Amino acid sequence: MSKTPPPRLISRLDIKGRNVVKGIQFEGLRVVGDPGVLTKRYYEQGIDEILYIDTVASLYGRNNILSMVEKAAESTFVPMTVGGGLRSVEDIVAALNHGADKVAINTAAVARPELIREAAEAFGSQCVVVSVEAKRRGPGQWEAFTDNGREASGVDVLEWVAKAEALGAGELLISSVDQDGTCRGFDIDLLREVRARVEIPVIASGGAGEAAHVVTVLRDTEIDAVACGHILHFEKHSVAGLKQEMRASGLEVRL
Amino acid sequence: MIAIVNYGRGNIFSLARALEHVGADHFVTEDPERISTASGIVLPGVGAFRDAMDRLRERSLGDAIKLAASRGVPLLGICLGMQILFDRSTEFGDSPGLGLISGTVDRLPKGEAGAPRVRIPNVGWRHVALRKSHPMTADLAPEDMLYFVHSYVPYPEDPRHILAVLPVNGMEAAVMVGQGNVVGCQFHPEKSGPVGLRLLGAFAREVKARQPARRTA
Repeated sequence: MSKTPPPRLISRLDIKGRNVVKGIQFEGLRVVGDPGVLTKRYYEQGIDEILYIDTVASLYGRNNILSMVEKAAESTFVPMTVGGGLRSVEDIVAALNHGADKVAINTAAVARPELIREAAEAFGSQCVVVSVEAKRRGPGQWEAFTDNGREASGVDVLEWVAKAEALGAGELLISSVDQDGTCRGFDIDLLREVRARVEIPVIASGGAGEAAHVVTVLRDTEIDAVACGHILHFEKHSVAGLKQEMRASGLEVRL
Repeated sequence: MIAIVNYGRGNIFSLARALEHVGADHFVTEDPERISTASGIVLPGVGAFRDAMDRLRERSLGDAIKLAASRGVPLLGICLGMQILFDRSTEFGDSPGLGLISGTVDRLPKGEAGAPRVRIPNVGWRHVALRKSHPMTADLAPEDMLYFVHSYVPYPEDPRHILAVLPVNGMEAAVMVGQGNVVGCQFHPEKSGPVGLRLLGAFAREVKARQPARRTA
């Protein structure tokens, strides 16, 4: 008798410079606070995983969050995923050496999909999260964006996720550019379509404004995890409070 | 002192911080001679089996670990570090392991589409079912959850080596194994919050308890 694992609640920390920031549809970034302080708060409240995305790294072709992650990892004993500006196996080694357990790659993978295979062969698929920024282009159609929602790639999201899995991706982080920061709920259609095309775990991101959004996406789409920014950053819910609501709705959670 | 074996494939940083957090004296090394002086050894691992074994061999670390284990030094393998304790793995073709515990490492079963199933890689927090008592799990409560991220598991030849299991798509995956002073866990104690820290603390206490009181003279 097999049971599916309880869905994971992930806090998503978008980093710009030294701060956690949050925008709407990847624009108009507002400073939320200090990454170390937020990491500690979420860890103590029982977060399942933490995701750091350097929002400007691919723009400047550098990565400035590794020292920040290292500092956070000193006293945070849950899995950490780091993304933003990782372009090569060497960049991934650097992220792992600074305390990351997994890496999220988007821009570099869209430009050179073979990076997914190289990373999976060196570190195992379980280490490689392919991050997809999806913008709705029509009914049942989404385009992949890169550089933190700034650049259209011309790549069809539903074709891209299947290809990423075939190349060895271990998980998919699906962020809806349209829903991001709007607090209007997840792009359920997008997540359903992605779910139907891949076997690997899928993390939904973008749109959670209240506990009901999290419950709905988990009940309606068979995804494996949700990444929340706004709802936690602006303290609409604590991690524990959100999990209590999830449990009250019949979802299994880790408390 | 506990040696964390650094062969370029593992989250050494988190593991070192976690041991520090539970007050365990440790050092990170890639030197076989220093491993032979350790009173306990942790073998971490992230990545692919064959690549990890090649790296251990290049650095002559495999023999040092085996020698220490044969002398009774407590050895803890984590995730890929646990898989490496076995005879061989089928990941990217057949590759030999350290052979400290008999058995083969192979893929987790995928399960049937349409039915509730564990997706592979198996990522997330899970309860495990204990099969045998062990000092490391003495404080583990039924509600405690541990963090997993893996696509392969060991299939031990002797069921007596299985300490804990996790049901995955119709099979009971061996997620904690032990034979004498050699123990391995598929989950990541260093990433399993306070529960995982407790397990590491128990391992550190085991190491201390076994240490000969050689400094008295």
